[in-house]
Amino acid sequence: MKTTIATLLADLGSGRTTAVKLVEEALRHLEEVQAAYNVSISTARERALEQARQVDEDRAAGKPLGLLAGVPFMAKDNFLTFGTTTTAAAKILEGFNAPYQSTAIERLEAQGAIMIAKANLDAFAHGSSTENSYYGPTKNPVDAARVPGGSSGGSAAAVALDIVPFALGTDTGGSIRQPASFTGTVGIKPTYGLVSRYGVVAMASSTDTIGVLTNTIDDAAVVINIIAGPDERDSTTLDQRSASYMPADNTLGKLKIGLVKEYMSDDVQPEVRQAILNRAGQLRNLGHTVEEVSIPSVATALAIYYIAVPAEISSNLSRYDGIKYGLSASEAASLDEVYGLSRDQGFMAENKRRILIGTYVLSSGYYDAYYRKAQIARTMLINEFKKTFEQYDMLLGPVSPTTAFKLGENTDDPLKMYLADIMTVAASLSGLPAFSLPSGADSQNLPIGLQIIGKQRDDALLFAVAKQLEEAE
Amino acid sequence: MADTKISIKDVRYAAALAKIAVSEDEAVTLQSELDAIIGYVKQLDALETNGITPTYQVTGLSNVMRDDKVIEYGVSQAALLQNAPQSQDNQIKVPKVL
Repeated sequence: MKTTIATLLADLGSGRTTAVKLVEEALRHLEEVQAAYNVSISTARERALEQARQVDEDRAAGKPLGLLAGVPFMAKDNFLTFGTTTTAAAKILEGFNAPYQSTAIERLEAQGAIMIAKANLDAFAHGSSTENSYYGPTKNPVDAARVPGGSSGGSAAAVALDIVPFALGTDTGGSIRQPASFTGTVGIKPTYGLVSRYGVVAMASSTDTIGVLTNTIDDAAVVINIIAGPDERDSTTLDQRSASYMPADNTLGKLKIGLVKEYMSDDVQPEVRQAILNRAGQLRNLGHTVEEVSIPSVATALAIYYIAVPAEISSNLSRYDGIKYGLSASEAASLDEVYGLSRDQGFMAENKRRILIGTYVLSSGYYDAYYRKAQIARTMLINEFKKTFEQYDMLLGPVSPTTAFKLGENTDDPLKMYLADIMTVAASLSGLPAFSLPSGADSQNLPIGLQIIGKQRDDALLFAVAKQLEEAE
Repeated sequence: MADTKISIKDVRYAAALAKIAVSEDEAVTLQSELDAIIGYVKQLDALETNGITPTYQVTGLSNVMRDDKVIEYGVSQAALLQNAPQSQDNQIKVPKVL
């Protein structure tokens, strides 16, 4: 049994443990596994222990405590935090000290949660395997010869290894769901705009979404309950949120669920397909209706994604100029060389690929043919989802066509790596909430993830269904 | 557009626009990689898209306004400047421009 937030809170409440002990244990555990799995980029030991002492003092003094008082967690290293550096796993941000914290971190700290370490990722969250990190790849806890998925691979590994009960991640095209799927953890990508992105390193602003990885549905719901909701510092946040995302607070009727036909093709590993069909069977046993539904436009989603997202990346990453912060090429003799050399030295190969694709598709003469065309195709995709959701409450499919692949297997072929996102990008482009739920394993014991996709703002419904599925396993 | 191939010249042009000083070797690798990726995304050419408007924002928000007043974010000038590679007199220092 993995540690849950509820068990930690119970142990803290009964005096069986203290916040200081929990933080020390989590850091020791991280240290033990770090060499084997490369989970983390840095720790916030001093600040975490200081916060833990404060929680213990407040508890002893009978002061009011936050909902997560003394619970340790990790954050992907693209969340701006105090207590340690924020690097986004990129050389160009090596040694960067955030001058302020992200809203998600602030909200968790306000409830007494303690950020102990920053999790590894693909640099700037560009990748599907956590192999594009300047700090080296993270290994999959289930099989260290395999990738943990990406880009939130460090967050997924930290939770799978039971170092912390939850880790924050970001999902732009599958970066929470796919690592959750590969490591057998729960991965939550909420509706676009549900959680503030203030203080999170921007990748593609029209799809970047903050979420969480956990071992249980309740833990994920507790965290989303705390971090969701409008933020005046992020004008893309939704004005409304559900009163509660806890499954226990939301009653679930009988649903009509669509199994997306295009996600169940022969290209999908047979054991993955079978695991999804098993889940569909469980949902039927629970009284829901599950039937196959065709959404032909999802076949275009990856092409749309790899135009629209690099375009936004090329814009968002223009801020790394060697002037304001981060790496600055010391040999540069002119302003132009400061830009050119700093960016050449500071970006990973995948960052450059995406920036250049984005620059190309936005450049004069190609803008209409690529960028505008992709955004029109995006409208078609969104319209098809809308039409489908007129008849169905929720959709089902795999998260990934395969279980975790081997380290190095896809690194020589960027396009092949992109194909790892083929089933996750459609929900991202449409702003839909999508969760990855652990759903068995293949013959090599590698975890399989079920993807459930809902209408925008139907996060609470997805949590309720996810809880039913967790209990059915 | 159907026969578009990404050339080394295209890579150099994009790199110049993006201000990345890629090396000769890098440009060669990027040329084949970008060509494969652009080749893949070109499948959208086949879509009939007449009369459909593009989507740039997915939750229907537009022109989110707030009162025109300064919000104190608690970020000091010193904290911002300590990350700057070079600074002088409380300002970020850059190489001579003109």
